[in-house]
Amino acid sequence: MSLRGVPTAEVFQRAVDGERRALGRLLTLVERGGAAGDEIAEISHPKAGRCHVVGLTGAPGAGKSTITGRLAAAAGVATGDSHRGVGVVAIDPSSPITGGAILGDRIRMDEVIDREGTFVRSMATRGSSGGLALAVPGAIRVLDSVDYNPVIIETVGVGQVEVDIAGTADTTIVVVTPGWGDAVQANKAGLLEVADIFVVNKAERPGAADARRDLELMLDLGAHPEPGKPIWRAPIVMTTATDGIGIDDLWSEVENHREWLTETGELNARRQSRDRFEMLGRIDELLGAIGRARAQSPVGEQLLKRVESRELSPTAAAAELLADLLE
Amino acid sequence: MSDGTTGGDEPLRVILAKLGLDGHDRGLKVVARMLRDAGVEVIYLGLRQTTDTIINAAEQEDADAIGLSMHNAGHLTLAPRMVDAVKDAGLDIPVIVGGIIPEEDAIELSEKGVAAVLGPGASTEDVIGAIRNSVTT
Amino acid sequence: MSDDKGSDDKGSDEARQEWQEAFEKTPQRDVDFETMSGVPVDPLYGEGPYPGQYPFTRGVYPSMYRSRLWTMRMFAGFGTAEDTNGRFKELLRAGGTGLSTAFDMPTLMGRDSDSEWALGEVGRAGVAIDTLADMGDLFADIDLSGVSTSMTINGPAPIIMAMYIATAENSGVERSALAGTIQNDIFKEYQAQKEYIYPPRPSVRLITDLMKYTSAEMPKWHPVSISGYHIREAGSTAAQELAFTLANGFAYVEAAVAAGLDVDDFAPRLSFFFNSHIDFFEEIGKFRAARRIWARWMKERYGAKNTKSMLCRFHTQTAGVSLTAQQPENNIARVAIQALAGALGGSQSLHTDAYDEAMALPTEKSARIALRTQQIVAHETGAANVIDPLGGSPYVEWMTDEMERRAEEIFEHLDALGNGSILEGVYEGIENGYFVGEIADAAYRFERGVNSGRRIIVGVNDFTEGDEGEKNLLRISAEVEEYQLKRLASVKQARDDEAVATALAQVTADAEDPTVNMMPSLIAAVKTMATEEEVVMAMEKVFGTYVERAIV
Repeated sequence: MSLRGVPTAEVFQRAVDGERRALGRLLTLVERGGAAGDEIAEISHPKAGRCHVVGLTGAPGAGKSTITGRLAAAAGVATGDSHRGVGVVAIDPSSPITGGAILGDRIRMDEVIDREGTFVRSMATRGSSGGLALAVPGAIRVLDSVDYNPVIIETVGVGQVEVDIAGTADTTIVVVTPGWGDAVQANKAGLLEVADIFVVNKAERPGAADARRDLELMLDLGAHPEPGKPIWRAPIVMTTATDGIGIDDLWSEVENHREWLTETGELNARRQSRDRFEMLGRIDELLGAIGRARAQSPVGEQLLKRVESRELSPTAAAAELLADLLE
Repeated sequence: MSDGTTGGDEPLRVILAKLGLDGHDRGLKVVARMLRDAGVEVIYLGLRQTTDTIINAAEQEDADAIGLSMHNAGHLTLAPRMVDAVKDAGLDIPVIVGGIIPEEDAIELSEKGVAAVLGPGASTEDVIGAIRNSVTT
Repeated sequence: MSDDKGSDDKGSDEARQEWQEAFEKTPQRDVDFETMSGVPVDPLYGEGPYPGQYPFTRGVYPSMYRSRLWTMRMFAGFGTAEDTNGRFKELLRAGGTGLSTAFDMPTLMGRDSDSEWALGEVGRAGVAIDTLADMGDLFADIDLSGVSTSMTINGPAPIIMAMYIATAENSGVERSALAGTIQNDIFKEYQAQKEYIYPPRPSVRLITDLMKYTSAEMPKWHPVSISGYHIREAGSTAAQELAFTLANGFAYVEAAVAAGLDVDDFAPRLSFFFNSHIDFFEEIGKFRAARRIWARWMKERYGAKNTKSMLCRFHTQTAGVSLTAQQPENNIARVAIQALAGALGGSQSLHTDAYDEAMALPTEKSARIALRTQQIVAHETGAANVIDPLGGSPYVEWMTDEMERRAEEIFEHLDALGNGSILEGVYEGIENGYFVGEIADAAYRFERGVNSGRRIIVGVNDFTEGDEGEKNLLRISAEVEEYQLKRLASVKQARDDEAVATALAQVTADAEDPTVNMMPSLIAAVKTMATEEEVVMAMEKVFGTYVERAIV
């Protein structure tokens, strides 16, 4: 009964055959990384590359989970039986002190959570941003390889990594609410930059029209077309997600954007950049591991002593330790 | 400090939910915070869940344990149903019940496959201990 | 705030004189107002504002317990309607005049006994009411014009109210003769107790509909009992209980005024329900502050003219959450202290918890001990001989001011959240998780204190030897469920389904039009033997359902 001890390849096959707990286990292994994670990447990569990846980010309390749930439901209806279903990865922060987390996104996705075709996975950031940068592309790849399409990634748009993760999607949705500016002051520019579609949620409230106008203005000001690059002006969709208002419009905009990506060749460019993002993350991880191992070796300890005696700077010591890699 | 991991570096993943109509969620929320602060990843489902929604979550989230909080008289009916649902789904994860459970009921629940019963006043150590014990056995 | 002694700038001699006159006009209880050693005691010591004078810090009435003790109200309800009817009749034979009804969980949530959700819950924590037939059984052979009935229900309150009205009318009692209280306080459901059905705004419409209906047709009825009890049980601090409850009260006032009622038409019928927890002086400060805050806000912010609109009259219940499963007999001591705080805080009525309630519904014996506990407070301790006996104590006065200050901070936050409307602030605080988050944080802080041993709970984390537990717990048999299912099936069998469908369609139609009062179509629907859940669903088509989305 247990999946413990079952070879990874077999777990993968069972997930392909539609066993949901096998898919659940694969995502755990991907999140943990290590040898099993690597093996899953090897198995799943050739089968992946079909699904449309939607990133969704915004300030805490903007209604992201509710929109994600509703959007997943709309996508499920629109895509029908052509795929296994819609995949959702909802990311919440871990406690920086204890490493634990309370993952509460599922309760805000009651629209889809119990639909046969939807697969929702909650993920915690687990402290190291590098880990998340690896785990999320891995999770997308697994869901993709067992034919979930689209896959929606929801992140809190307060940390750069979270914004980057949503930003490497094929289509990135940035959710704001009336009076949103204050909540994400530090990251406003970053959020604006990654947006392919804006959502003004809680649009029934006073200030919604102002929020829309502000966004239009910022889009006007920020319109510096790069020569030779196709132009996409992010549409602004007004929603009241708790009542499902505006969600169908949002899904049509996602489809419009997807068509535009395909027609202009932007889709391949995005995927390339996502591959690059993941590869760079992996390089960081590998180099970090090598560097840490060397730092703990006798050679490393010797260098540290020289730093202590003011003979070498920490920078010079690090450079010397990795000299062969830095040539 | 309690260790809310699987034994390696990985955090335990625990589902917390209430079955049925009972709306007393103080205990559930306290336990959610306790577990978070012990390093556990809590998948919080909250109120008015069914055995189906919990099984769904357990599969998709690859949970290590299911924690149910019960403050009405329904525990003798509802908790064994959860245990059966876990079995029927082919899962091997423990069901742990917390709340106002008289001692003789706790014995009956254990006999029906509930992995641990925690009464009011259980400490963080008790809760983590119960989860760890039932996950590893 | 503490400088403001209120009392409309009257000289202190004049205020004293006024109190004296008011006091002398009220009849006194026929007892000797002296200590057990025979020392005579005055009704009042210390300074004004005096009891019965704005802002009522020292009591809502001039003579308080010198005239009449608080009402000793105990809660009953279990099993079938017939079982509870038997209990009611016993109470009435024993000289009681107030009936207090507890409903089972499915009834509280608007579900019929045959619903999938009701399994294992029917008749367990209170009485099961599915149709008007059950309500008829519940009050069979009881003259509803001669009793005061309290019904603790919120989400489906207007439906249960409709059944009560229909039951009375079927027995030939005019609705205008009905006296009692229905809890009907939906805000604290989203904040704490979680027994909601519809989203906040349509729920508030139902409440204002009931307020309009009773203020026009049922002058002896209290349409809302604004309850902090459950907020505290969910883990809030005393100041949060105070502030959230009164803010909910302000929100209902704003909603009723917006619905076209005059504040003085309904505010005198509002009443409150507080928790009495174990930190003795904090509780007393909380009760005193509640009266002062309510009076000031009603007068200054909401322009009440009628003094009765300014009175914060409240029922108190001892803190169920403070009872321990370990060494349960210790709970008798806890309840006694909490009951004393309730009395010294000037409660109008009091419910004392039974010592075994941490584990189950009370047995007959434990319920009797609970009642005896408040009788001891009332008749033996002398606490009822003097009005506001702690008034003037520097610590108690400071605590009262401090509770008020903390509450005012919360009102300021809610007022800002609602752009100058407490009602909108409460809606927003529900939606953005402010209330549930604050309460859960406070509960966790408390729990960590217990966990670390910084806060001692006797018998739980210290002094733990000698726990024998409690073996004699009340068990509700599963037969109740079987009986109730049969009863429901036979009522459905006998009714006119076409009439039911027509009446339910009218309920849906009325729900769609916010200018229509729901009460008449609800009464018509329950008279056709439409079930509680069917009526709930007829409105749900329009109102939708509520799911808590706030982060833990």
